[in-house]
Amino acid sequence: MSSTRIDTRFADLKRQGRAALVTFLTAGDPDTETSLAILKALPDVGADVIEVGMPFTDPMADGPAIQASSQRALKAGQTMVKTLAMIRAFRAADQTTPIVLMGYYNPIYIYGVGKFLTDAKAAGIDGLIVVDLPPEEDEELCLPALKAGLNFIRLATPTTDDKRLPAVLANTSGFVYYVSITGITGMAAADPWAVTAAVSRIKRHTKLPVAVGFGVRSAEQARAIAQAADGVVVGSALIDALKATLDGDDKAQAASVGAVTKLVASLAAGVRSAKRGGK
Amino acid sequence: MNVPPQLNSFRTGPDERGHFGIYGGRFVAETLMPLILDLEKAYAEAKADPAFKREMDGHLTHYVGRPSPLYLAERMTAQLGGAKIYFKREDLNHTGAHKVNNVLGQIMLAKRMGKPRIIAETGAGMHGVATATMCAKFGLECIVYMGSVDVARQQPNVLRMKALGAKVVPVESGSKTLKDAMNEALRDWVTNVSDTFYCIGTVAGPHPYPMMVRDFQCVIGNETREQVTALEGRLPNSLIACIGGGSNAMGLFHPFLDDKDIEIYGVEAAGHGLNTAMHAASVAGGKPGVLHGNRTYLLMDADGQITEAHSISAGLDYPGIGPEHAWLNDTGRVKFLSATDEEALEAFQLCCKLEGIIPALEPAHALARVIEIAPRKPKDHVMVLNLSGRGDKDLASVAEHLGGKM
Ligand SMILES: Cc1ncc(COP(=O)(O)O)c(C=O)c1O
Repeated sequence: MSSTRIDTRFADLKRQGRAALVTFLTAGDPDTETSLAILKALPDVGADVIEVGMPFTDPMADGPAIQASSQRALKAGQTMVKTLAMIRAFRAADQTTPIVLMGYYNPIYIYGVGKFLTDAKAAGIDGLIVVDLPPEEDEELCLPALKAGLNFIRLATPTTDDKRLPAVLANTSGFVYYVSITGITGMAAADPWAVTAAVSRIKRHTKLPVAVGFGVRSAEQARAIAQAADGVVVGSALIDALKATLDGDDKAQAASVGAVTKLVASLAAGVRSAKRGGK
Repeated sequence: MNVPPQLNSFRTGPDERGHFGIYGGRFVAETLMPLILDLEKAYAEAKADPAFKREMDGHLTHYVGRPSPLYLAERMTAQLGGAKIYFKREDLNHTGAHKVNNVLGQIMLAKRMGKPRIIAETGAGMHGVATATMCAKFGLECIVYMGSVDVARQQPNVLRMKALGAKVVPVESGSKTLKDAMNEALRDWVTNVSDTFYCIGTVAGPHPYPMMVRDFQCVIGNETREQVTALEGRLPNSLIACIGGGSNAMGLFHPFLDDKDIEIYGVEAAGHGLNTAMHAASVAGGKPGVLHGNRTYLLMDADGQITEAHSISAGLDYPGIGPEHAWLNDTGRVKFLSATDEEALEAFQLCCKLEGIIPALEPAHALARVIEIAPRKPKDHVMVLNLSGRGDKDLASVAEHLGGKM
């Protein structure tokens, strides 16, 4: 497979000697225009890779913050077509920031796997994270996605032991997303010491960059994780920052975009201040 | 559709990856995948262990009260004037429904696997009550997730669960019914991986659940075979059962699937009618999709978002169906019908009046189709209805729907 924007970005950052800040937002939360405005503003404040959530009615692996965020997006009329259009609009002005679509399989399956991959590639999407597709179901989407030139990024978790890691990594590309706790998004963070051990364990099995997420909320935590990992993923904290600006009807306000970019800037400063042990 | 036209047996599924044709599978987050593989292994070992079966049979006899009777509904038969109607009396099991057959098996397995904490989802509360009961008997912690809408409409079962020592967690997300309870149970499982066993209440979820729950429920059909042979000297002509996720139906149907002359009917909940958005008939009104670990028929919109089901019966109020049923539909082996809220209420009342049996609203849906089908059959047509549960839990809802008419 030729290299994607994800590969290029991680290679660049490795040369600079720092970890990537990977930020998450839900497409269409609280409405398509606002989330596009947030998306467009993210690279300038220090997001190195952007995960865009495809909202789903039944996000089984997500905590209350992302559940509510998906509900807001769906209520405001977000669809897969609108999500892909958002990425196209973003790509018109930004050719380098990697975009990863993240979500659950059913909306992709119903859109049609072949058509989805074609449209996603054309929109400028670089990779996919599909929570409910373990390696056991690789024929569904992972293998066709790799063939279409998209990265398929897999989650590794504390339950993914050394025996299972090779199966999980076999068709993974772009980066490995290490979920630092067993649990849903938005819960307490793992301690940096455990994260360091887990990252080195995964790195014994792969040359891919390892990004770590779940529970990262502050610049201080981001910095600690960036010392051990190649990327730090922040999701629920950004969703919470956005939510705090919405009015009683979940409508965006003048401060909405700024609340997210302010937190991203501070997280980026945290990531960039990390001391990386000779890597 | 996706099956060769000449199938030698309908009883060989699933394949080793949990597929029934295109349905089933293991669509779960990575965190859960190792747990599901462990469960598959532990279940295969238990199944091969004669001691496991011996212990289970003992509990089924002395605790659950099996075999459940196969009862000839004489006045119903006379009134309808056609087929001879038998009820398989799962309502007479301890805890009042078929759910206990499956729960016993899973709780014994949990014990064997050394998992002290049991979680379950429940709709009508019958699966929750069965789980709370078995956890009490086996000394395990029990947490039951239940949509807050169901908590309100199935209060007697909430009280039973609490009396039995279970913690009932009302779920406020989504439609606040069974689908959301299942989401919340999965979220719990993904969080508490080391000590927790997820006891699923129907033939759905990731492999091996649909197969395992089916196996535990097959006691219904196996007994029916023996009982009907003793009473009639032959096998029945037709079988009928209601479908939520499909466990009571699968338990009755599966042992008969290869007796190809037997007509088999599954009855989904048509709520306010299939021509409205307010129903729970996923075969009639849905299409194949992926939710809760398996591919199956689901109610959804054009964008793949799951839509809310509706049924007067909390146990049928689910936008999906077990994957093996989806496959049996496509192969044509089982015919799927539906009954509305109104029809189920009428059947409920008729059963009370003619047979002195208060049925749960779930099997009342199947009975509604019996009322239609039986008169068209000859008198020597033997029909078995799975009376999957008792209706005490539903009296308040029924009274409310009937207003002053009860
Ligand atoms: C008495 C009874 N019958 C049927 C059902 C539906 O479940 P299934 O289709 O799995 O049998 C329920 C579910 O709660 C029930 O309580």
